[in-house]
Amino acid sequence: MTDTIAKSNGKQPAKAGKPSKAGAAATWADDRLGMAGMAKKNLRKVFPDHWSFMLGEIALWSFVVLLLTGVFLTLWFRPSMVEVVYDGSYDQLRGIPMSEAYKSSLDISFDVRAGLLMRQIHHWAAMVFVGSMMIHLLRVYFTGAFRKPRELNWVIGCVLLLLGTLEGFTGYSLPDDLLSGTGLRAADGFMKASPVVGSYMSFFLFGGEFPGSSIIPRLYTAHVLLIPGLLLALIAAHMLLLVYHKHTQWPGPGRTEHNVVGFPMLPVYMAKAGGFFFVVFGVLTLMGGFLSINPVWRFGPYNPAEVTAGSQPDWYMGWPDGALRIMPNWETHLWGITVSWNVMVPILILPPLMLMILISLPFVEAWITGDKREHHLLERPRNAPTRTAVMVALMTFYGLLWAAGGNDIIATHLRLSINQITYFMRGAVFIGPVIAFLITRRWCISLQRHDNETLLHGYESGVIMRDAQGGYSERHLPLPVARAYTLTARDRDQIFVPESEADANGVASPTARKDKVRAALAKYWYGSNIQKPTRAQLEAAHHHAEIEHDHERALENSADGHQFDGRHDVSGEELTTKH
Amino acid sequence: MRLTQKTSHRIAGRLSAGRRSRIAAPLVLLLGLLVTGGMYAALSPATAQTKTADEDTVAKGRALFLVGCASCHGKNAEGIQTVKGGQYGPTLVGVGAAAVDFQVGTGRMPMAQPSTQALRKAPVYDAGEIEALAAFVSSLGPGPNVPESSQYDVKQSSNEDIVRGGEFFRTNCTACHNFAGSGGALPRGRFAPKLTGVSAKHMYEAMLTGPQQMPVFSDQVLSPTDKRQIISYLKKNEETPAYGGFSLGSVGPVSEGLVAWLVGLGSLVGAAIWIAANSARSRKKAQA
Repeated sequence: MTDTIAKSNGKQPAKAGKPSKAGAAATWADDRLGMAGMAKKNLRKVFPDHWSFMLGEIALWSFVVLLLTGVFLTLWFRPSMVEVVYDGSYDQLRGIPMSEAYKSSLDISFDVRAGLLMRQIHHWAAMVFVGSMMIHLLRVYFTGAFRKPRELNWVIGCVLLLLGTLEGFTGYSLPDDLLSGTGLRAADGFMKASPVVGSYMSFFLFGGEFPGSSIIPRLYTAHVLLIPGLLLALIAAHMLLLVYHKHTQWPGPGRTEHNVVGFPMLPVYMAKAGGFFFVVFGVLTLMGGFLSINPVWRFGPYNPAEVTAGSQPDWYMGWPDGALRIMPNWETHLWGITVSWNVMVPILILPPLMLMILISLPFVEAWITGDKREHHLLERPRNAPTRTAVMVALMTFYGLLWAAGGNDIIATHLRLSINQITYFMRGAVFIGPVIAFLITRRWCISLQRHDNETLLHGYESGVIMRDAQGGYSERHLPLPVARAYTLTARDRDQIFVPESEADANGVASPTARKDKVRAALAKYWYGSNIQKPTRAQLEAAHHHAEIEHDHERALENSADGHQFDGRHDVSGEELTTKH
Repeated sequence: MRLTQKTSHRIAGRLSAGRRSRIAAPLVLLLGLLVTGGMYAALSPATAQTKTADEDTVAKGRALFLVGCASCHGKNAEGIQTVKGGQYGPTLVGVGAAAVDFQVGTGRMPMAQPSTQALRKAPVYDAGEIEALAAFVSSLGPGPNVPESSQYDVKQSSNEDIVRGGEFFRTNCTACHNFAGSGGALPRGRFAPKLTGVSAKHMYEAMLTGPQQMPVFSDQVLSPTDKRQIISYLKKNEETPAYGGFSLGSVGPVSEGLVAWLVGLGSLVGAAIWIAANSARSRKKAQA
């Protein structure tokens, strides 16, 4: 609503009020720090309003919750592999020798006031933290918000996702229970699967043969100092770039590439974002209070001779685990050395490859389309069918591997054979993404067609008319102007056309071959897209509609029911006689 | 002293005199066998006792068996082979009363239909009928008996017993049955069932007889005390409240991940939509 903007200047002259104590303190601080100018500018900074712009905020606030609960946990957790005998409150483990790390995890759970709640909030927050980063990433990709000038922020985001995953894995390994130890044993195996350097890497990390007594203190340092420090620094950089670039916005009346339409930081977003922090904290606290997560006391202390069914990593490591589970048992024996493709491909090759693909998406798209312009207006996913389809294909690949990581739980709970799930997944991870890509692309294109339909012929009013011959037809009403503007506020796609292979003097272009590839890719990228109607097409369609309406001029004093004749919007219209 | 010495010398002399006799070697062999056999019978753990059930019970069991079991296991419980050489129903000679009590008592036998694994269901036979079937099967050949209630009485277990049972459980059982006894997947659609809500007797019998996919944990592998300790640990877990809140099935991180997405991210994205839908209202609009 534009009513919120003052229409005229005030009639009373401004008067200086009584100096307040708070004002005096602010002046004192400003004289020394000079923050007023910066604050004045940034506190009035405008952010656009859309629910999908708040997904990254979930990640930010759950990170804050992680810091708060994490500090609490460090007060009680002892990252030590010294063997002690448990003598705490949990009957089933009393008298068992275990590492001090596991004992202190049990003590946090049973003998520290609110310790279990804090542990559970911390773990749920970690799960939500990585998950919200991921849906934020999807939003940024699907709306084209990663385009110039925001490519570097995309890269920072991808690194944050990687660091969040590593932070989660180190945290998962700290309690030294049976599950975390099994995870570490798997990690040890992964390292050892790398050719030549594998065993050196393992011995370097574990300080000798697995498990040794160094790994928990080392992981602890990484978990509470190294990775959180990097995360904090990169989150700061991510948000500074956000402020510097200004937030993207959806197209609409009054919104251009050169402005931001929305509400100011203070007071509106301070209230909204601040409130959202408490919502996030509240939801995570409820989850920590009511939903059990990683009941370490039930797993028992880590013992390399033991393992439990249902040993899975936390969800964000589930997809490489799934790849590992469905990988055929391929090994090559060369000159007395075994190359373990069965571990290398799913764990050492696939995840780094996927990360590289993710990071390079903005750059690949920019190269194919040749688009060097700055973009501050977002694109609807349907208006970039190939881009949308690429991400849906990647999501399908990820999702199938994710499901494969839970193959045993799927087998027991859906009464399926774990072997059949494995065989199915081996094919599905290759076929599924292709099918998803094709369906998504065609779906987007048909949605584009639908947009053009509504622009040219109006929207479906829901009013069914019966004509004199007894035929039925649905009335279409012209779109409101603002909506029509929003739908047409997008650029026509420009397919890259290579320059001629040789210049006027017959000298061959040095980039001819590259240009050819690029032109073919660009044609595939944009080729099937539906472009918005031209001005002439729109005018012709409107003209046509007017003539049609003239032909069907309404009768004077028409009978009840004719107010729904489809010549205007039906909202607010009612039958005069009640039926 | 001298007398005994004299006597022993005399006996030795007599024996020595006959040591080249033709029957000496078979006699010594027979003696050796008798001693070994007798000692084995006297000293070996009593896994294969056969309780003499009275004839009537066996006859009743046989009648029930012919109606409910013989179609798969054969009329004399000798088992039925399929054409391809597999087993339609295995032989029950020597499986013992404990196996019958477990399979029929948990409703796994008779099976509702041939499938990868017999499922637990409400028992078809009552206690008396199960006893009769068990008596019939154990009359076919020696096998483990139904354990006495004192063997699986968890009330006599101390906390040390429970802790030791937990150690045994994590070493021998969690790999298939999961850390909380929630069950786990096995190859080709088979699975290790969950252990919650299973009676102590049936747990004991399962360890003793190794039903379906399960290995046999005979009394030489896990002594009766070890078995009772494992059962005590599992029963103690059932009594222990779920400290962390809803257990989400106690199947590990998969259900936790599902809840993190559906409940956690679901409600937070919902909250984001709600916050964005409620736009900022200025005082001017409120007056209007």
